[in-house]
Amino acid sequence: MSTSLLIVQFFNGLQLGILLFLVAAGLTLVFGVMDFINLAHGVQYMLGAYFSVTLYRITGSFFASVLLALPASMLFGLLLEVLVFRHLYERDHLEQVLATFGIILFLNQGVKIVWGAAPLNMPIPDALSGSVPLMDGLRYPVYRFAIIGAGVAVAVALYLFVTSTRIGMLVRAGATNAAMVSALGVDIKRLFMIVFGFGAMLAGFAGVMVAPILSVEPGMGDQILILAFVVIVIGGIGSIRGAFVAAVLVGVIDTLGRSFTTDMLRLFLSPSAARAIGPALASMAIYLLMAVVLAVRPAGLFPAKGRA
Amino acid sequence: MATARSIRDAAATALRTLTFDQRMAAGLFALMALPPLLSSVLGGSYLILVGERVMIFAIAALSLELLVGVSGLVSFGHAAFLGVGAYGAGIVASHGLGTLAIALPAALGAAALFALTTGAIAVRTRGVYFIMITLAFGQMAFFVATSLAPYGGDDGLTWPTRTLVLGTRILKSETAFFYTALALLIGTYVLVDRLIGSRFGRVLRGLTDNEMRMQAMGFTPYPYRLAAYVIAGTLCGLAGFLLGNQAEFVSPAYMHWQRSGELIIMVLLGGTGTLYGPILGTLSFLMLEETLSRLTEHWKVILGPLLVLVVLFAKGGIAGAIRAWQGGSMTPAQLIALQALVARQGMHAAAHLWCRSRMELRQRSGTLAASSQRVAGEVAARWKTYKVVGGRLVVRVLAGMALAVDRWRRR
Repeated sequence: MSTSLLIVQFFNGLQLGILLFLVAAGLTLVFGVMDFINLAHGVQYMLGAYFSVTLYRITGSFFASVLLALPASMLFGLLLEVLVFRHLYERDHLEQVLATFGIILFLNQGVKIVWGAAPLNMPIPDALSGSVPLMDGLRYPVYRFAIIGAGVAVAVALYLFVTSTRIGMLVRAGATNAAMVSALGVDIKRLFMIVFGFGAMLAGFAGVMVAPILSVEPGMGDQILILAFVVIVIGGIGSIRGAFVAAVLVGVIDTLGRSFTTDMLRLFLSPSAARAIGPALASMAIYLLMAVVLAVRPAGLFPAKGRA
Repeated sequence: MATARSIRDAAATALRTLTFDQRMAAGLFALMALPPLLSSVLGGSYLILVGERVMIFAIAALSLELLVGVSGLVSFGHAAFLGVGAYGAGIVASHGLGTLAIALPAALGAAALFALTTGAIAVRTRGVYFIMITLAFGQMAFFVATSLAPYGGDDGLTWPTRTLVLGTRILKSETAFFYTALALLIGTYVLVDRLIGSRFGRVLRGLTDNEMRMQAMGFTPYPYRLAAYVIAGTLCGLAGFLLGNQAEFVSPAYMHWQRSGELIIMVLLGGTGTLYGPILGTLSFLMLEETLSRLTEHWKVILGPLLVLVVLFAKGGIAGAIRAWQGGSMTPAQLIALQALVARQGMHAAAHLWCRSRMELRQRSGTLAASSQRVAGEVAARWKTYKVVGGRLVVRVLAGMALAVDRWRRR
């Protein structure tokens, strides 16, 4: 367990956390404002990645593909909202789960039909390739730093947007008590659409960012969806701040857990036992964290006010 | 002749004493008993294998209904119990202990223990948090299974053979296994049906309807919900035991979260609030899967939108549609009562009653005035739609409540 490995893994964890935040931010807003469980949010992340790969193939430029993939993700999110989700806000959670599960099945398979089942790849742009030295003999890829930087920038922008614009104020009010906001004369449908489109775009942005470093394949959204749910439940539903803290926490714990649990178990277990238990414990770590948080604080770390 | 008639009469009397739900379930069980007979005529064991799957998942769906429909606990990690049950029996079988006397208790015990430990934490939460925490526990079970290196890990565990009954390989016979599964399904149905009718079941339903009131009456929710969770988990463990037996194999895929989602679909497609619904839902879902996957490899493209349509247009699933259809038209007295209510108290009050019957007001009690007005508007706006889309049920409920109100006022 060397220091340099620890540092690298810490940055990897941070990067995962940032991506999780991008996905979870939209999810927690949709959840908090509309009381709507959107299982299909992970698919939007997947679609962001696919849009970006396709646009890259058409335009040949990474930055153009990023710029075009964002509105494409947003439009697709809005399309889904208008066609399906809008009719589900008043339904109970069970029906929302069922309908959005149907959307997942459809889109995962649809992606397979359109783009094929084989994973797609996308090169890292030249401007962001290479690596920077952190300390002696330790280098870290520029692109991963770019992800962290872009994610933090988005987080800051989102924070400013939510805390100091009028729409942001309505979003916060909606997360606290949507019915009251509606009763005060705010066009809640439009607010819902804005929040939804925004959430879809953020998820799509996360997908765009990972396209060059992960393989883009059907079902890639499912795993991150579950992680994002863990994040928003730990952070407290409806809370952006909670989502950020929890996302970084989950990202770092998951990544560090995967690389160091086995070694740490070796300190007090036989090597073979450590090898057997380590990976399982590492995969379970974040779920354990979530169970503990919920057992101690049933509404998450930063519960949005006014909710039980 | 006389005996034939008396038997028929006895059967008719017995049928009359059954509730609608029990009659529907009996019909389904009779339908499910057919595959071995059919395949002895047609040959091949395809129908038997499909039938076994349907019955096994129907047991799982019934156990989930005990949580979702009766206790108001939407478990999104229910498939974990399938896996835990199958692993429990599979692991003892791999040590040469695959007899019924050991493997079945191992499966049920493992599932019950898992339910007790996870339920102790999960049942403390409600609503969305319960959905998420059960999902988390399901994922944990999944990852534990993938790392069970001595028992196959990712690749799964192949059972040495099906469970031995009194030292014989009787379950190896597909027909015997089939009818065992059917008997267990019927047993599960009877058990859950009895449970719902019992004091325990009434308390559970009361807690779902109005928790605060039940607490005021002196009931503590926690032990009841935990007990329901453990019972449901154990029953699903039984389904897992059968599933492992059928395939003579168990793998972490049994516990995948999508499997949990499918179990929810089976329950909802059939219709919660009934017991024949989940069975019918399982049958429909697996048949749909079977048919569509023969049609095209991209069958999920068809299934997905179908689910959305079911949610949007068929509230209450298949059972809900049957109920609405069976409801038929209103009696004149009911229609008059309804019209009287609407005339006297306006659409607003009618809507008020309507949504109270659906317990929507409770959920929105925070802004009671605003919401009831909004719901009233909604009802008025959608009145036509409800009339067309199986809304007879709504009207019936409304009329029934109107009659009740009138009666109460006259006292």
